[in-house]
Parts: sequence; C-alpha cells; structure tokens
Amino acid sequence: MNFLARLFQLIGKEKSKETAKKRLQLVLIHDRTDISPEMMENLRKDLIGVISNYLDIEEEKIELDFSKEERSVALVASIPVKSVKRRAERRAEPA
Amino acid sequence: MDPRIIVVTSGKGGVGKTTTTANLAVALAKAGYKTAAVDGDIGLRNLDVVLGLENRIVFNLVDVVEGACKLQKAMVRDKRVENLFLLPAAQTRTKDAVSAEQMLKLCDELRENFDITLIDSPAGIEQGFRNAAIGADEAIVVTTPEVSAVRDADRIIGMLESMSKSPIRLVLNRLRPAMVKSGDMIDVKDVLDILAIELIGVIPDDTSVVISTNKGEPLTLGDESLAAKAFSNVARRILGEEVPLLDLDAPDQKGFFGFLRKALGL
Repeated sequence: MNFLARLFQLIGKEKSKETAKKRLQLVLIHDRTDISPEMMENLRKDLIGVISNYLDIEEEKIELDFSKEERSVALVASIPVKSVKRRAERRAEPA
Repeated sequence: MDPRIIVVTSGKGGVGKTTTTANLAVALAKAGYKTAAVDGDIGLRNLDVVLGLENRIVFNLVDVVEGACKLQKAMVRDKRVENLFLLPAAQTRTKDAVSAEQMLKLCDELRENFDITLIDSPAGIEQGFRNAAIGADEAIVVTTPEVSAVRDADRIIGMLESMSKSPIRLVLNRLRPAMVKSGDMIDVKDVLDILAIELIGVIPDDTSVVISTNKGEPLTLGDESLAAKAFSNVARRILGEEVPLLDLDAPDQKGFFGFLRKALGL
C-alpha cells in the first residue's frame, strides 16, 4: 500500500499532504466568510434596487455567490440585463 | 508573576486537550508554580483519570460553584508533585449545572489561590466551551495535523479572538515526522500558514502517551520520551522561556536502518 503510494508519487500524482492543504484552505475561506442566508438575501435585494435604477434586469435569474481563489474571496454576481434604461443617462450626469 | 488562567481547547474532540492539560499542569507544578488543573467538561470528566487522581475525588466543580463546599476542600492535591491540584468536574451533572457568572466567580477565586490555572475545555463550541473559556485570560488551542481538526481549530480561534483571549497559542499534537517527510501529513508550517497564530509547541505522535494514560501517570512526571520532552518545553514556553523546537525525527528514523525502514514505509 505504502509502496504503491510511493510509486504513484514518483509518477507525479499529488501527495495527500498537498491535497489536504488545498482542501483546508478552500473550506476555511468558506467558513470564514460566515455570511448568513438572511444577510445574503438582503444583499441581493439591495443590489437589485441599485441596479434597477439603471438597467432592466431579470431578477429571478440573478446568481450571487462567493468565489474562492487561492487565499482571497470575491463576490461574483451574474445579473442578466433585459434592457438599458434611458433615464440612466440622466442619472449618470453630475447633479 | 500575576496569576494566569489558561483555557485548553480545540473545537474537535479527541485531539488531546486533556492529555495536554494534564502534562502541562504537571510540568508547571514541577517548575515551582502553584498550579490548578480544572476539568471544565461537566458530565464527561476525564482529567481525573488522565492525571491518575480519580480515586481521591470527594467534591467537584459544581459543588464549589453551588456553594456546597469551599474551593480548597474540593481541590485534590497531587501527592506525586508538589504544587499540583485538580478541581474535578461533576460526572453526574450536565453542562447546564454551571452558569457563565458562576465560572467567572470561580476563576476569581482560583486567581487568588494559584499561580497558574489550566482549564480543560469540553469539545464543541457551545455553552460548555464558553463556560470553560469565559474566565480565562489566555488560550492554548490543541489540534492535530488533520483537515477536520485544523478546520475546527480555526473556528475556535475565531471565537477565542472575539472573546478577547490573548495570547492564543497553538499546540500541534500527534505529528508523525515520517509521514510529513513522505508527503502524507500536513506540516507544522502548513498549519501555521492556515491558522495564522503563534505556535507554542509540537508534540510527536508517541506510544508513550497511550501508556501514560493507561497508567494515569502524565509523561511530564518523569518519562524520557520525546513527547514528554515536547510537553515540558511547552510548559517552559508558557513561563516565558525561549526554547527551540525539538528535532522530532525519532532515533529509529535515523541512520542506515532508519533510512531503510522509512524507504519501505515501516
């Protein structure tokens, strides 16, 4: 068993230590961004509110999640746009 | 030295909290500090058996906080080591038998009577853990080089930080140097990278720990094993001494035959 494991290592299969480390890093990033579903829902509503001022969006198709890369976290949102509102141009002008 | 209270905790069960508490308590007492080892695991007491004091218990922690007896009366004095006292947990009660306020009051009293108090925390993140930690100034987090244990340690460190415990330091228990070398165990550095807290010691996985628990004789009473030495070193670091980490490569891993053994994975 051990000998086989060594053989696999020689062929270039990842060592279990590296696997453990990577899995831990990923799971901890998720654990540490301890955001409740309620808070996530509020964030979604607020985002819809703000974006709707400028764009017509498909609210029910919005995808909102955290993406983990190496040691950093990004909030990734996919928001399908139906159309751009004309009044957005006015809003974009300085008051 | 101002009296210190240190909670020994881990999140996950079975990583060696009680063994660590017992060995550190013995080593600190041997160093001349009046030491209290407090079993914070109400309902599942174990520190008494690991310390080998189970036959001497009359009163327990719950009796003290309920005012049924004085602290001094409940403390079991260890006859093998001067300065070492055990406050056992109640075995027939549950965690609800003690409140946070009662624990705080108990810690005040321990501070008046002992130089160093070690509180062995129950596993988990609920009230039992909170009670064990609430009165402590510092924390020692015990973990093993496994994904599950490190993950739970991370969670508990977050909670200890929010409870303003300082310092929070890590004991990495049951390290197997041969497995680390062959790439099949997370290394000390990996764990520290991930948890980002100060290391206070690394304890090798050692059969002598099992034997000492069988006998109820903590290794730091006088065992010659590497684990005993590692625990003693942690105690010295608690006392502020700068002690380099041990070379954990066991003697049988060295030399030609050691090389052969390792190569064959024996």
